[in-house]
Amino acid sequence: MLEVQNLSMRFGGLLAVDGVSLDVQEREIVSIIGPNGAGKTTVFNCMSGFYKPSGGKILFEGKEVQGTPDYKISRLGMVRTFQHVRLFTQMSVVENLLVAQHRHLNTNMLAGLLGTPDYKKREQKALDRAAYWLERVGLLDLANRDAGNLAYGQQRRLEIARCMVTEPKLLMLDEPAAGLNPAETKELNQLIVSLKEDYNVSVVLIEHDMSLVMDISDRINVINQGRPLASGTPEEIRQNDDVIKAYLGEA
Amino acid sequence: MAANNFRHALFCAVVTLIISIPILGLNLEAKGINIILTGAKTSTYVAIVLAAVAVFVFQAYRDSIMGLLGKLPNFNPLADKEPMEQSKRVKLESWILTGIVVLALFWPFVVSRGSVDLATLVLIYVMLALGLNVVVGLAGLLDLGYVAFYAVGAYTFALLSQYTGISFWMALPIGALLAGLTGMILGFPVLRLRGDYLAIVTLGFGEIIRILLNNWTTLTGGPNGIGGIPEPTLFGMEFGRRVKEEGNTSFHETFGIAYSGEHKVIFLYLIALVLAVITALIIRRFMRMPVGRAWEALREDEIAARSLGLSRTAVKLSAFTIGAFFAGFAGTVFASKQGFISPESFVFLESAIILAIVVLGGMGSQLGVILAAIAVTILPELAREFSEYRMLIFGAAMVLMMVWRPQGLLPMRRIHITLNKQE
Ligand SMILES: Nc1ncnc2c1ncn2[C@@H]1O[C@H](COP(=O)(O)OP(=O)(O)OP(=O)(O)O)[C@@H](O)[C@H]1O
Ligand SMILES: [Mg+2]
Repeated sequence: MLEVQNLSMRFGGLLAVDGVSLDVQEREIVSIIGPNGAGKTTVFNCMSGFYKPSGGKILFEGKEVQGTPDYKISRLGMVRTFQHVRLFTQMSVVENLLVAQHRHLNTNMLAGLLGTPDYKKREQKALDRAAYWLERVGLLDLANRDAGNLAYGQQRRLEIARCMVTEPKLLMLDEPAAGLNPAETKELNQLIVSLKEDYNVSVVLIEHDMSLVMDISDRINVINQGRPLASGTPEEIRQNDDVIKAYLGEA
Repeated sequence: MAANNFRHALFCAVVTLIISIPILGLNLEAKGINIILTGAKTSTYVAIVLAAVAVFVFQAYRDSIMGLLGKLPNFNPLADKEPMEQSKRVKLESWILTGIVVLALFWPFVVSRGSVDLATLVLIYVMLALGLNVVVGLAGLLDLGYVAFYAVGAYTFALLSQYTGISFWMALPIGALLAGLTGMILGFPVLRLRGDYLAIVTLGFGEIIRILLNNWTTLTGGPNGIGGIPEPTLFGMEFGRRVKEEGNTSFHETFGIAYSGEHKVIFLYLIALVLAVITALIIRRFMRMPVGRAWEALREDEIAARSLGLSRTAVKLSAFTIGAFFAGFAGTVFASKQGFISPESFVFLESAIILAIVVLGGMGSQLGVILAAIAVTILPELAREFSEYRMLIFGAAMVLMMVWRPQGLLPMRRIHITLNKQE
């Protein structure tokens, strides 16, 4: 469903991404790994429309989407989380989820002012969907708290729930396990697998936690210094000499 | 650190001298047909030097002075309290607002005509500030040219009444819609700008509109303005001594009471009150609607908001347009109240005052904005003797405000939608 061909991104003199290709099929978890500064987040930024790539193509469901504005990309059904959590910290947890459903709501101002039946129905539906996902990630009891007051692990889960209420086809997670304790990482592991199995979402995952990556990925792409280094199943990657060298050299 | 402070203080003192000596120390005097330059009295020079010394001392010890200022007890005892529980707070705020409105309803019948007139002005400022609050407080867009939309509303009514003899009630929606439309057209190209840039461009727009009104003499009458703007009527009843418009009746004759100039003033006041209440209610409602949440989301984290499918331009434009709409509303009432308008009424200072009300009130909070509008409009009237120093006091108040309570008198806490437990 997603195909990235020969993507490159240049910042001034720095070629942060150089000739990266990857593809994601329906109901698949594909990981991007690589040392710090390899250009993983930059690939995400290109895919989600924050950057206009300097070269290459991005095809989503057969249509070229490189350079499409970010908000339109997410409306196509590709949403992302951020390496550093980006919640609306002064809004309540449930409101974070309502903002995400903006385009499912009746945004006609007159309808809102008059409180038409359609407006109320959709507002209620959005609340129900929010409640469902809060329950799903275990935050229902905290629904009316300010999002900024949540613990770090809870914020991470809320960010994923916030993506899910938009009913995406493809979810891009940028280091979702960063800063989580082992128990939370395990929960996250199950959540991501369940997103794929139960909700038919494809996932692109950037992650440094190798056990998580090896455990849940269907395929893995390795990037080093902006260039693709290897790709294949977790088994193949584990045994790839180049990858071992890059990681050992890094460590 | 200390050396740095010293150098900075010295610099400020020298700047003070450089500015004050020519302005205060040198006078131009007319002698016959010539104008000659004379020095001022010695005492003036002494005062200038003293002022420079004061500036030096303040700047040198600025950090400790400002620190002391910050430690002063809070003027607003409510400010540091734990935020009240939302349901309680909402209830309290509604009660206070209802109380204010009820008081405001009876008030004009017991006070003088001048006070009612002033109160009408306060209400116009309340409308303006509530509207600007949407733009600045809720959507986080610094708009320094807000008065332009106020002008559009006022001039729409003035021109339409001059050329087509339209009534107040017809002009009210037209003026507001036209102002909203202007907001949309002006906003579209500039809303991608951020912070300071947006502020500068909107400042420019405000001036452009004023200069246009000033110079398009054939249409707007230029600096002479437009007069003869009709007052509102009540179901076709006029409040003047004699009926001006064919087909209308007069209020005092219909009810068989003696004519009194006060009827008109009170009626205008009541209209302004109703419109201000409507404005407040509509904006309150907006805050709970998807669009209100989108404003806040975009203000809090634009990148996250965009990643969730919110179009920055559309959301910001909606705030800009709605703000402009209510400015047009207020403009129409203003034109009707004055009966005469000229570009004088729509200078930058007006934008600044409205913005000050929003900032003082605590960006985003309606009750705060209403209280601040009352304070900012009425205090200068009470202190008429000091009117020369009005801007000075105003500036000082703003500086103090920023030191003590940067979040405003009553900082906003938006009403959150709560999720009730299911089952
Ligand atoms: N907006 C930008 N402007 C200039 N350089 C950038 C920009 N964004 C990223 N870079 C550079 O591109 C390179 C790749 O950065 P990127 O954030 O994609 O790495 P990463 O693989 O996500 O690393 P990490 O694992 O630390 O998150 C880095 O050298 C970074 O400094
Ligand atoms: Mg990164």
